[in-house]
Amino acid sequence: MTIMQIIFLITASVTLFAALMVVSTRKMMHAAMWLILVLFGVTITFALLETRFFAIVQLVIYIGAIAILIIFAVMLTRRSMNADVPQVNRNWWLVMVSSLALFVGLVTVMSVWEGFFVTARTAPPGGENLVQLGTALVDPNGFVLPFEVASLVLLAAMVGAIYVAAERKEK
Amino acid sequence: MLSDWLYVGIFLVIATFLPFVAITLAGILGPKKPNRLKSTIYECGIETVGETWVQFRAQYYIFALVFVVFDVETVLLYPWAVAYNQLGLFAVAEAVLFVLILFAALVYAWRKGALRWF
Amino acid sequence: MNATLVIEWVVKSLVIILVLTGGFAYTTLYERKVLARMQVRRGPNRAGPLGILQPVADGIKLIFKEELTPHNADKFIFTVAPVITVVPALVITAVVPWGREISLFGRTFTLYLSNVNVAVLYILSVTSISVYGITLAGWSSNNKYATLGGVRATAQMISYELALGCAYIGPILIVGSMSLVDIVEAQAGVWFIFLQPVAFLVYFLASLAEVNRAPFDMPEAEQELTAGYHTEYSGMKFALFFMAEYIKMIAVAMIGVSLFLGGYLGPGIDRFPILGPVYLFIKVAVWLFVIIWVRATLPRIRYDRLMALGWKVMFPLALLSVMITALVLLFVES
Repeated sequence: MTIMQIIFLITASVTLFAALMVVSTRKMMHAAMWLILVLFGVTITFALLETRFFAIVQLVIYIGAIAILIIFAVMLTRRSMNADVPQVNRNWWLVMVSSLALFVGLVTVMSVWEGFFVTARTAPPGGENLVQLGTALVDPNGFVLPFEVASLVLLAAMVGAIYVAAERKEK
Repeated sequence: MLSDWLYVGIFLVIATFLPFVAITLAGILGPKKPNRLKSTIYECGIETVGETWVQFRAQYYIFALVFVVFDVETVLLYPWAVAYNQLGLFAVAEAVLFVLILFAALVYAWRKGALRWF
Repeated sequence: MNATLVIEWVVKSLVIILVLTGGFAYTTLYERKVLARMQVRRGPNRAGPLGILQPVADGIKLIFKEELTPHNADKFIFTVAPVITVVPALVITAVVPWGREISLFGRTFTLYLSNVNVAVLYILSVTSISVYGITLAGWSSNNKYATLGGVRATAQMISYELALGCAYIGPILIVGSMSLVDIVEAQAGVWFIFLQPVAFLVYFLASLAEVNRAPFDMPEAEQELTAGYHTEYSGMKFALFFMAEYIKMIAVAMIGVSLFLGGYLGPGIDRFPILGPVYLFIKVAVWLFVIIWVRATLPRIRYDRLMALGWKVMFPLALLSVMITALVLLFVES
């Protein structure tokens, strides 16, 4: 086993453990903390694949923005630190069965895809080529459509969010 | 080569070590004579009333939401900026369009009063 | 990758962290001295000649102070929050170059640690993480003032982060690289403050808000929030928050100098590369002086105006600056 594999195994187990804690801890703020640890573990996984841009984007977007959104959402919740609220409701077995079905289904669908069994390639030395990435983003033969659609999706997401939040504010 | 990340990792470990040592050292050397009054929370000498961890106002959440949207946008502009010298007029127009759509989003949020604190 | 290289990294990291820690100690003295002079006082002058031993005295005093933890605080988060605040402040400087190559002991050293090609994004990401320490500190204290201070700090920092992120794009557009070494080297002819005046102004103001300095120090507004997020902290843990604030000040000054003021460049740098850190030091000292001067002059901004300034003035201005830069570059090239 190389050092890289050891680092990967440690990262993976910490990430999985933290993910379990997210759903099992009783205090919501602690769950948010564990979630940040999960996201950080994913960042390290990206770094181990030798990408620089994506590791950092993971940090900026997920830990820097979305986790903060979640923390504010927790603060919006009443009794966020109460530990005596029941953790499961009556339909927990239904959820368990359906998520198991979802997991099996996803793995089955993915295993048809040839890339499923290929070991993940690492980025070339020196990280991915940012100039290439930037060019491809606005290249008519590249990803210009997703790039522009992304901005529309962001616009739509914000309009919806503001609409819902403004309703809540008026109450 | 993972050299850059390894470097940042080394730096991170050393940087974590420093405050850790400082806290431990102070914990060993400092006096410890706690009593009940000392460990109450300080709210200007008045006894604290009610709970602290209460519901916060929704405005914080709205700001965070708008922030997420524009943060994604800013990050997407970075690779474009790096590649800018190699791009043609068309690519520039696309980026301008991208920013204009998001500018419309900002104007929408502004007009809807999402950026107003009160 | 070999052992010598790893040892070189460890040594460099240690040097940087020690320099920053020492820099923190003396920035506090610098601030007190400058503020005193601006208020026609003398400032600390008892400990050692001209008070130069004052930071040492403060540090020793803080180590021997009792640390209090409120009985209904979230103990674990309360203890780790100072660490989470200090670490990003230190780590952010990892990509800032101090100079070019020098020869020492028959070996050639680069005076920067790591020439990462995503340096600017790295800075942005570490800035966005540094919010957490303050939020968690305020929240875990279970004190109303502290919680409010922490939440205010978070909302303020994320608002100004957008303007900050857009201010970085101007220099990147001109240089076509995100590496800070490339950006500094591209300023050999003319500093970017002259090509990007708007971005510079936005960066300066937004960085003040990021490090919670006056006139944007709402999170610790004494009159309304006692001491804000660190109301409940005492002893060494309080000192760590203090340290994080000053190290962040030094860090934003270093980054700003590298982006807009030519970094380590200066006359004679080609012949004597050892001058690099000296120029960087002088420029950072001037930048810090301006930050302290602003604190001595301007009153604190009201919170709703602060948010309005961030969202309705700085962010659109920074975006506009990016677009104008792009268009001007297009005309210059064709």
